[in-house]
Amino acid sequence: MRRLLLLVAAGILSATSGVRAAADGYEDARRGMLEAVRRLVADTRVETGRAALAPEVMRALEAVPRHEFVPSGLVARAYENRPLPIGHGQTISQPYIVALMTDLLEAGPDRVVLEVGTGSGYQAAVLAELGARVYSVEIIPPLAESAKRRLDRLGYRDVAVRLGDGYYGWPEHAPFDAIIVTAAAGHVPPPLVEQLAPGARMVIPVGPRFAVQHLLLIEKGHEEGEVFTRNILPVRFVPLTGDH
Amino acid sequence: MSKPRASASLYLSVALVSAAALACEVLLTRLLAIVHWHHFAYLVISLALLGFGASGAFLSLAGSWCAARFRACWVANAAGFGFGAPLCFALAQALPFNALEVAWSARQWGWLALLFLCLALPFFACANCIALCFLRYRERIAAVYAADLAGAGLGAAGVIGWLYVSPPEAVLQGLAALGMAAAIPVGWGGGRALRGACAALGLAAAFLALAPPLVPLAPSQFKGLSQALEVDGARVSATRTSPLGVLSVVENERVPVRHAPGLSLASTSAIAPQVGVYTDAEHLRVITRFDGDLAPLRYLAESTSALPYHAVRPARVLVLGAGGGAGVLQALEAGAEEVHAVELDPEMVALVREDFADYAGDLYRHPRVRVHVAEAREHLRASSGRYDLIQVAALDSFGAAAAGLHASSERYLYTVEAVRAALERLRPGGALAFTRWVKVPPRDGVKLFATLIAALDERGVSDPGRHLAWIRGWSTATLMVRGEAWKAAEIDAIRSFARTRSFDLVHVPGVAREEANRFNRLDRPWFFEAAAALLGPDRERFFERYKFHVEPASDDRPHFSRFVKWAHLPELLRLQRQGGIGLLELGYPVLVATLGVSLLAGALLILAPLAFLRAPSPRAPDRAGVCAYFLCIGFAFLAIEIAFIQKAMLLLGAPVLAVAVVLSAFLVSAGVGSLAVQRSAAQGLPVRAVAVAIAGLSGLYLWGLPAFVEAVATLPLGPRAALVAVMIFPLGVLMGMPFPAGLRRLAAAAAPWTPWAWGINGCASVSGAVASTLLAVHFGFSAVVLLAAGAYLLAGALERVSFPRSG
Repeated sequence: MRRLLLLVAAGILSATSGVRAAADGYEDARRGMLEAVRRLVADTRVETGRAALAPEVMRALEAVPRHEFVPSGLVARAYENRPLPIGHGQTISQPYIVALMTDLLEAGPDRVVLEVGTGSGYQAAVLAELGARVYSVEIIPPLAESAKRRLDRLGYRDVAVRLGDGYYGWPEHAPFDAIIVTAAAGHVPPPLVEQLAPGARMVIPVGPRFAVQHLLLIEKGHEEGEVFTRNILPVRFVPLTGDH
Repeated sequence: MSKPRASASLYLSVALVSAAALACEVLLTRLLAIVHWHHFAYLVISLALLGFGASGAFLSLAGSWCAARFRACWVANAAGFGFGAPLCFALAQALPFNALEVAWSARQWGWLALLFLCLALPFFACANCIALCFLRYRERIAAVYAADLAGAGLGAAGVIGWLYVSPPEAVLQGLAALGMAAAIPVGWGGGRALRGACAALGLAAAFLALAPPLVPLAPSQFKGLSQALEVDGARVSATRTSPLGVLSVVENERVPVRHAPGLSLASTSAIAPQVGVYTDAEHLRVITRFDGDLAPLRYLAESTSALPYHAVRPARVLVLGAGGGAGVLQALEAGAEEVHAVELDPEMVALVREDFADYAGDLYRHPRVRVHVAEAREHLRASSGRYDLIQVAALDSFGAAAAGLHASSERYLYTVEAVRAALERLRPGGALAFTRWVKVPPRDGVKLFATLIAALDERGVSDPGRHLAWIRGWSTATLMVRGEAWKAAEIDAIRSFARTRSFDLVHVPGVAREEANRFNRLDRPWFFEAAAALLGPDRERFFERYKFHVEPASDDRPHFSRFVKWAHLPELLRLQRQGGIGLLELGYPVLVATLGVSLLAGALLILAPLAFLRAPSPRAPDRAGVCAYFLCIGFAFLAIEIAFIQKAMLLLGAPVLAVAVVLSAFLVSAGVGSLAVQRSAAQGLPVRAVAVAIAGLSGLYLWGLPAFVEAVATLPLGPRAALVAVMIFPLGVLMGMPFPAGLRRLAAAAAPWTPWAWGINGCASVSGAVASTLLAVHFGFSAVVLLAAGAYLLAGALERVSFPRSG
């Protein structure tokens, strides 16, 4: 009962003041999750080229109540460092992957970010915690609806969710300082490349659900038509040609 | 106990039960491949066959009680199969197993175990039926076994034929009806209650056979088809089914399908409207809207796969794995004068030619296009045409692995021999091109490059690097090879094609390191370094040191998609804990896991009955000897069968056809062999002589096979299939003898032990099938056949030890 009251209190607090890291009974779980992310980041520093993530990213991760973004039956596992199913064949990504992608996007205060594939809304919430203005498009009607309601309820006013086809981006708000696409088919939609501001970045996880094979980082050059990509492996991997 | 007489109706029932069981095995593999993924289908069905081993253990305990109530037990088990097959499948489908999540959650392994226990039940019931007959008709063991084998053989061929005309969920119901019907000929001879039960079963069977499918297939929500259908406005507008797979066409007016694998990041072109075609709820291919105007297809020239059209300007093109026609349109767009499209699945061709003929602009009847329904390698061998470009559209083609019994991932299109055959089909200056998904860390591109080099080496090319080209984007890579060295102008064309589309060079003659990592950057130019190492003097050392297995595939070891080395299993386990297992191909670890589980379960099922198997007389045979004998022949039978299925794929093209022909030929001819044992004198024929004959004959086939394949290559399919069956026949007859011969001896000396031997045979078959596949991956199919021949010889030598003359 006390926990319930606390939750309600936290809900009111977050809705009114925007202080979202408030006491909700999950602080320890979140810290545990952060620790797991930190360890994995350190472990994969060779693959990702970074020994630690930006402190703001970690703070954002600590602020978002991930348990609010998973189906009710999975709340107990919400802070495990693993992806979880959210219905409709979609997943909420592994916290480590969310953290890494957020870091790669270099999204900060007042940056305009496009997200293609809202899913549960968790990634959008993390970006919003960083102060970014997030425009998120979801193609599956019930997911778009529930993510919109959830983000509203949690007070994420800087996230706009729209039901629709993300292929054409959101031209009204282009150009974007960062774009994140939650699932890749065999090609990157040309309209998205077009809506990326010069010098801006796009991140796409490549691979089936539950098994990200690599992160694709797309950087748009300052010269006309210049587009570069980088492949980032999200796991520690024994080097290709061993010296044994 | 008086000696009961076996009647014709008994043999009919045995044959029916066996036919239903084997057909069910093939069918469940298909069904699980649709609902989950084929790797897991293979694993689950292999293990479910341990139901045979479990039956042996069960009847070792309860055999005499059951044999005394033979008819009732028979009816109960046949009914158990009849009701069990559809019910267990429905239950299995309802389990919340998610194959993609196994890396993350131990719970999934629990669901997986339940899944296979569920599906083992129908096989357990069938195996009980057969073993009961061994117990009751011990004088007629070989004849019962003959009926069992013949039924199984007909079931194998029958189910594949059936899948051409009915969707798999309807076939499941038909098989259930067949199982129920098998209860009737035996049960009808019993008392009133049994007759009543038989009548009820007859009615149930009739209902199941006539009713529409009661258990609809529900593919995992994480499969491509399910995900496409979640999108606003999506619907399945057509379905076609065959043993090669279920094709589902997805249309969506609101959010169109847009499939353009490998499209350049520099592209600004729109994708033409498409409909998506999913095979077994996965593997997206598309049919593109086409009205004769090539302008909207501009995007097809902006993928890596368009490279050969710029490098060699081909007039006559062969597209292998044409699917819905994207590769054909690409050729037309590039100005090809004549395009030959080869597609394995006739239903796919029918979709383009019939159901979507208007939409696709009658592409497959276009004046510049000719369609051939054939397997790619077979087409290369049988056709006499020559081309300026042979384009392998691997992105579009559907893995042979999804089809058939004991399928693994043999791909006869990616072997050194296949590349050589394709090079022979090129006109002067023509090129062979492969396009594949880019995988990081690099593995299959590297292996393919090594395969191309090996093929050039075999042709006596002194400097292979001058004949090869390789470019990559972020998602696809295209490799080219040809008989002549590239000319300077062609190299320039390749360079400019890559540069203008933001693709990187991996290899062209004279490539510089800084050209290899410009647009799509890796922390090191891994692909370039691999290509350079493969073309340099240290190739062998590179193979040895490289993290993945990238040595070229050959016809004897055609497992192109095996990249994992044994030494990496510990790393695999670690990756699994991190959820990184998706980085590696699942097929191989799943195979190893299947073998491990089957060996453990098999050992348990074989050892457990020993606790209550009493020697009926002092002259009873030695248990270890009996066990070794049946293990040897159980393994060897399956090993030879599997090796022949694989070899026949090369000869007959479509994997399903190879499975149907080889399996039914082996089983029916083995039935004839078993019948011969029944007819022979009481002491039986000398197994040793039979074993020597098997070893000799299989060795002979192995040696003569390449010449045989060449000799019959140009024959039409029908006669080719008939020749394969005729070739198998004598070998099958011989292989059908050792089991019933041994079982008959055992029945004479220690009758209650026959279920135990039956169980050993079952377990050995399961582990044998998996072990042969694994052995083939490492040592080739020839080694598997040799090993099986050795196992037969060992069984022959054991004969005297295991079954001392009791006369």
